[in-house]
Amino acid sequence: MTSTLRKEDDHLHSEYMQIAMGPSHPAMHGTVQMLLTLDGETVVDVDVRIGYLHRGFEKMSEVCTYNQVIPYTDRLNYVSPLCNNVGWALTIEKALGIKPPERCDYIRMIVCEMSRMSDHLTSIGAGSLELGGFTPFLYAVQAREEVWEVIEEVTGARLTTSYTRVGGVTADLPENFGERWVHAKHEVERLIVDIDKLLTRNRIFYDRMAGVGVISAEDAVDYGFTGPALRSTGVDYDVRTYAPYLFYDRVEFDVPVGKHGDNYDRYLVRLEEIRQSIRIIDQCLEQMQPGPVRIDDWSVILPPKDAVYNTIEGMIAHFKLIMEGVKVPAGEVYGYVEGGNGEVGYYVVSDGSGSFNVSDAPPSTRST
Amino acid sequence: MSFGELVLWGLVKFVAIVFGWVMLVATVLTYLERKQSAYMQNRVGPNRAWVMGKKFPLSATLGQILADAVKVLVKEDTEPPRGGNPILHQISPALALVPALLMWIVIPFGPGPMPGAAGENWFLIADVNVGLLFMFAVMSISVYGATIGAWASNSGFSILGGLRVAAQMISYEVTLGLNLVGIFMIFGSMRLNDIIWGQGELAWGIVLQPLGFILFMVASIAETKRAPFDMPEAESELVAGYFTEFSSMRFAVFSLSEFIAVVAVAAVGVCAFLGGWQIPWVATPVDAAGVPIYGWITVAQVAIFLAKMVFVIWLQMQLRWTLPRFRYDQVMKLGWVYLLPLSLLNLVGTAIVMYLVR
Repeated sequence: MTSTLRKEDDHLHSEYMQIAMGPSHPAMHGTVQMLLTLDGETVVDVDVRIGYLHRGFEKMSEVCTYNQVIPYTDRLNYVSPLCNNVGWALTIEKALGIKPPERCDYIRMIVCEMSRMSDHLTSIGAGSLELGGFTPFLYAVQAREEVWEVIEEVTGARLTTSYTRVGGVTADLPENFGERWVHAKHEVERLIVDIDKLLTRNRIFYDRMAGVGVISAEDAVDYGFTGPALRSTGVDYDVRTYAPYLFYDRVEFDVPVGKHGDNYDRYLVRLEEIRQSIRIIDQCLEQMQPGPVRIDDWSVILPPKDAVYNTIEGMIAHFKLIMEGVKVPAGEVYGYVEGGNGEVGYYVVSDGSGSFNVSDAPPSTRST
Repeated sequence: MSFGELVLWGLVKFVAIVFGWVMLVATVLTYLERKQSAYMQNRVGPNRAWVMGKKFPLSATLGQILADAVKVLVKEDTEPPRGGNPILHQISPALALVPALLMWIVIPFGPGPMPGAAGENWFLIADVNVGLLFMFAVMSISVYGATIGAWASNSGFSILGGLRVAAQMISYEVTLGLNLVGIFMIFGSMRLNDIIWGQGELAWGIVLQPLGFILFMVASIAETKRAPFDMPEAESELVAGYFTEFSSMRFAVFSLSEFIAVVAVAAVGVCAFLGGWQIPWVATPVDAAGVPIYGWITVAQVAIFLAKMVFVIWLQMQLRWTLPRFRYDQVMKLGWVYLLPLSLLNLVGTAIVMYLVR
């Protein structure tokens, strides 16, 4: 950042102007500050100051058991909390070397994709809002609402889902999930068509998005971009296809890639990924069979309440899990999941006693 | 009439027309705008404020307007931040409002005497012979309110908004004016009353000047600082633009003056291109001297004028809630590189056609 205001032209006495955009500003949806140096209408320099929303996730997690971290993962990205929940559960299961039942993995895929839809809808909507397009924003929010209503029926919460557990999920899908999903799907598809018509071929929208915020594929890789931001540059890196977790190798879906790495391509990639998510969920619902949704191991997952109240084994297992948590063997593990904005990674180092250190690798900080 | 009587009569008319007609339409617009956007966005819109329950049809409209008025009146009136100019900060809303009201001096919303006929025009405050030129002069002044307010606020966002207002309004006034020149040429007068009478005899302005009408509409949206041309108050960039540092009634006066300007420009568009108060295939009854005989047809004509005006404003609202905002450089480019040459072309084309026809 240029630390002092430089005189641009002594004859005109024009100086650069500094404006603090944020931390409280209509366009700063989190609390981010951008110190802008302006030459008239041209932005000469931007200094992005993150940290107003530092939650201390890693420090807080040090005094938690593995399952107690799950509510914290909700807050890592509040529009796709389920991806983070699933990522955390997968990481610890990888360290334990256990595999939950098939139905559980399908459910995790479904909720992950619903989260991704809500994340992309928010991104598209907010992007349009920033350009003054308030109507497409509300259409996107309405579509997101449909998705969130289904999520609420599944998890009991809209944002703070905390749906997964190490070794399973809290509950099976509700009985009427199929109908609810079909209804939500139709609504989302209808609204996406509206958004598409309002924005994609809109000349003003195109002029403002195309060629703005361009990043080359090489730079994006160097900076550690992942997710739609990287795919918009033409690199088809998607964790779901490069290192399939859950059953992403059993479903068919396309990974949309852009060409120019500008805002417009990022918008198109996200729009297409919503459609692909719908495809994935439909296939999951076709493939999944009834069955248990948690592993049958009381050293990892809480026993059923009936067993806790009536049997000594259940009681002790419950006590040990609540007081000491899951015992993960000493060692280190990196778990990953394709979140809404890119690869969400958790690097966990365990000492074997139940306490651990975690470092999360969120997609957004790297691309700031 | 002596000079004193003339001034007094003008004042009475001004108060009656401006407060009984213009302010009313502008205030109702603040409600309609929200309702219209709500319909487009699958929302309900304002529906919490009712007057006397739901006893009469417009109680929601009236309730919302009253609630808004009370809200802005009782809110804290903030001072500008340190380094601002409190005096200029206080008078700048008035500087924005007065020109917006003065525009109405030359806009007739009902039938006046035929061109050349002597007689009182009951629907016009003052029959100025330069008509629209006066309106453009006043419109130019309205830039000062916004710019001075922005300057007195001593805020980065405000000053950027103020600069954008100045640049944008000056740029688009050229296009706005040039498109009306075609109408002046065809009807040979700058009095809107004469132009409307002329349209009744010849054809509506939109038929004679289709390109001019479209360009006028675009420029008028830019001139009234509404989306997609709302750069001066672009929320996601400049918070609220030039009135960021204004609160309570001062803020409301700024937005009200904007609405009044919207109504005024729409009214000019109706007068110049959509036949003003003329109803198609209905002749205005006049006596031997050319002064209209007022009756039920007059009432219908005023109503049709209002309907046309609301239609134009509705069109602008529809655009506003459909399109995203331009970028500043794109607005300037659109104004100077596309719209201005097009309107010059329109003007030259009109001149050639007129020469050939005569």
